[in-house]
Amino acid sequence: MPDEMEGFEPERYELREPPVHEFALSRREFVEVAGAGLLISVSGVTAWAQRGRGRETSTSGTLESRLHIAEDGMVTLLTGKVEVGQGSRTELAMAAAEEMRLPLERVRVVMADTDLTPNDGASSGSRTTPSTVPAVRSAAAAARELLLEAASRQWQMERGRIEVRDGAAIDPGSNRRFGYPELARSAELAAAFKQALPAGAAVTPVKEWRVLGTPHYRLDGRDIVTGAHRFPSDIQRNEMLYGSVLRPPSYGATLVAADLSAAKKMPGVTAVREGSFVGCAAPTSFAARKAVAAIAATAQWETREHPSSERLFTYLKERAVKEGGDTRRPRVQRKGSVEEGLAQSTRRLRAVYQVPYIQHAPMEPRGAVAEWEGGRLTVWTGTQNPLNARGQLAQAFHLAPEKVRVIVPDTGGAFGGKHTGECAIEAARLAREAGRPVSLRWTRAEEFMWAYFRPAGLFEVEAGLDAEGLITAWDFTNYNAGTAGMETPYRIPHTRTRFLYSDSPLREGSYRGIAATANHFARECCMDELAGAAGKDPLEFRLANLDNARLKDVLLEAAKRFRWQERRKQRRPGMGLGLACGTEKGSYVAACVEVEANRGKGYLRVREISMAFECGAILNPANLRAQVEGAIIQGLGGALTEEIEFENGKLNNGSFAKYPVPRFRDVPPMEIALVNRPDLPPVGAGETPIVVVAPAIANAVFDATGVRARSMPVRVKASTS
Amino acid sequence: MSTTFRFTINGKARSVQTDAERPLLEVLREDLGLTGVKYGCGEGQCRACTVLLDGKPVTSCLTPVSAAAGKKVVTIEGLAAGDRLHALQQAFVDEGAMQCGYCVPGMILTAAALLERNPRPTETQIIDAMNGNLCRCCGYPRILAAVRRAAQGGENA
Ligand code: FES
Ligand code: FES
Repeated sequence: MPDEMEGFEPERYELREPPVHEFALSRREFVEVAGAGLLISVSGVTAWAQRGRGRETSTSGTLESRLHIAEDGMVTLLTGKVEVGQGSRTELAMAAAEEMRLPLERVRVVMADTDLTPNDGASSGSRTTPSTVPAVRSAAAAARELLLEAASRQWQMERGRIEVRDGAAIDPGSNRRFGYPELARSAELAAAFKQALPAGAAVTPVKEWRVLGTPHYRLDGRDIVTGAHRFPSDIQRNEMLYGSVLRPPSYGATLVAADLSAAKKMPGVTAVREGSFVGCAAPTSFAARKAVAAIAATAQWETREHPSSERLFTYLKERAVKEGGDTRRPRVQRKGSVEEGLAQSTRRLRAVYQVPYIQHAPMEPRGAVAEWEGGRLTVWTGTQNPLNARGQLAQAFHLAPEKVRVIVPDTGGAFGGKHTGECAIEAARLAREAGRPVSLRWTRAEEFMWAYFRPAGLFEVEAGLDAEGLITAWDFTNYNAGTAGMETPYRIPHTRTRFLYSDSPLREGSYRGIAATANHFARECCMDELAGAAGKDPLEFRLANLDNARLKDVLLEAAKRFRWQERRKQRRPGMGLGLACGTEKGSYVAACVEVEANRGKGYLRVREISMAFECGAILNPANLRAQVEGAIIQGLGGALTEEIEFENGKLNNGSFAKYPVPRFRDVPPMEIALVNRPDLPPVGAGETPIVVVAPAIANAVFDATGVRARSMPVRVKASTS
Repeated sequence: MSTTFRFTINGKARSVQTDAERPLLEVLREDLGLTGVKYGCGEGQCRACTVLLDGKPVTSCLTPVSAAAGKKVVTIEGLAAGDRLHALQQAFVDEGAMQCGYCVPGMILTAAALLERNPRPTETQIIDAMNGNLCRCCGYPRILAAVRRAAQGGENA
């Protein structure tokens, strides 16, 4: 077996792990799952199908699985996607309204309910726009075809002479209408909806868009501003209790003993221990915490050595997997011969870059409400991957997946940090013990320590330049950070791009943009160093080494808005200019920044950012702008302040007091150019803008101070000389 | 150790019998069903839990229920006058000042207290008043625009 493998899988950090707990069956459940066998499962399936459950299998691929038209003409769109603030609810409603020629207010969207909605995959990797929007558009276009068809039959009129607009088929001659309410009442509709989705209903060309391409804000804005919207942690059920869970004092610690008796004596408290899981449910969160605290006072733990963040990068390099089995072999992509490319060069450069762990810290921590009823489990929880959460719950409790229903109310942020179902598993275990619904919401400290992190990474880069300032060789090694956005977009004849797995001391997973941020940091900082070595302006150097037209376009657009060339000529002391560009998930981005930096004082401030972003045809410019603004500002956190510190298995900075994230005062003036390409298919936009923020800042810091910043977060250390 | 506490919540007299140490946040959410009050950190750092106590914004996660006894509490649920949204609520809708929306109740109440004592704040005054409120979606520019709009009587700045 070769010790390296050609090619990268696109996303390595889709966290795939078994559920955090796997519990024994209770006697009664055992009979239901295993004992009674076929009979129950058969009748069970039938019963759900009759109640409209189990759609995912029974009706997938039909119109019925995607759309419902009520007799009052209200359309309900069904999607397995979740809304975590990225704007998918509005975007998908717009897609349906566009194709059905309906006003947006007539479309309601039911999202992420494993009993009701089709499988649209996880809400991650910016996939909603390129995958789910087209699926919704073709279903909605098919429904529009049905309307047209029915009207043409009814009126005995050629389809070509009928117009569809304002939610109805219209005969332009007589102005008679046949609308969706009429269609909903027809028997043909019911039959047609049960059939496989007809292929080939034409979607509306971009130049005819009336809803798509226009700005729309959140459809349920009113519920948000009045507090009426219930986020996962706001769901309340009758007789519901509140939960709290005993956490280990450090990573890797195992529970040796714990005395639950004091907790069990507290009024209304249910306390449970099974394996490593210990938790309590009580009439209030306060009482649940008190009960857990009483147990914690008696708990004995066996702790384990755990590396500290001080040594993180040495550790990652030492533990790098040089050869391994199928799953952990180094991944490599080669073009030409790096040795040859280096031999042709007149100048060579080597540099090492570092990117630490950071935490998503969504505003709403993990939350779940679990309710058991007749051997069926229903969970309301904030997860980006309801089917994965359902699978984890089914495994944890030895249930058939159809016995678990996961509902995801629009959630308070995720940023790639909520792909799992651990909180739901804990809530469900407590609910089973208490025999009542239980709400569990992680504390901020729990969310910092026990959620997962964006992977840390170490980068070693070697590159060669010829006498004209063209790059001849590029040798890029990434330890642990992941493969997204790793390949250079520049025109380089000889390249080797490698990714090496390592043993991560912390649990790691996805994050907005994931590895693309780390890979762009290393690459774009190195590009700046190369420009310096070639004696060229960073913009001209990039353009000279670039063929990709879309990338060039955003680079030029950002530079134009920022007035890069003029400002480079008017140097101001203490101020620095920097830029970076890149591409990931099919979209293109470039940013120019100005920083103020003072090494004497250890001072760094971002004064201005100008960004150009292009993601094909723009579906919702209002939401796109919000996503780009959010990505830039969130990116300032990782660029300037965020870095998880750990020691002896504990976090040193697991709180908002110690882990500063961007606030109002940190927002610099921003100029954002959204480059619209109606000729290109739309792709996702929530992630990619983040990738250029840190390298542009690092490059500006060098410009201001003459000292290279090769680690994230970028800091200007007070000079000690 | 249950004690009875009486207060006015969103204009109505309410009483709860509970432990004096419980955070006001949890009493509002768990005993009174006012889930518009959000938990974000429990450490006074994010202000998602902001409510108005006798008109002043407080972090309800750090306020024991006993400290609210006899006072007027306003939560996001009590800000609109019937169907008519408060100027700030309307401005947040009009400016699209929300992504996930979880921080929004705390943002609006903090801004409401600001506009109450200073109806025409400068940009710096707005930022100073709001800086304690975190938005992890980082929708700060639109939130600022919404506060500005409300301060200017509904006009876009
Ligand atoms: S929850 Fe009260 S300040 Fe964060
Ligand atoms: S809108 Fe998500 S935290 Fe502010």
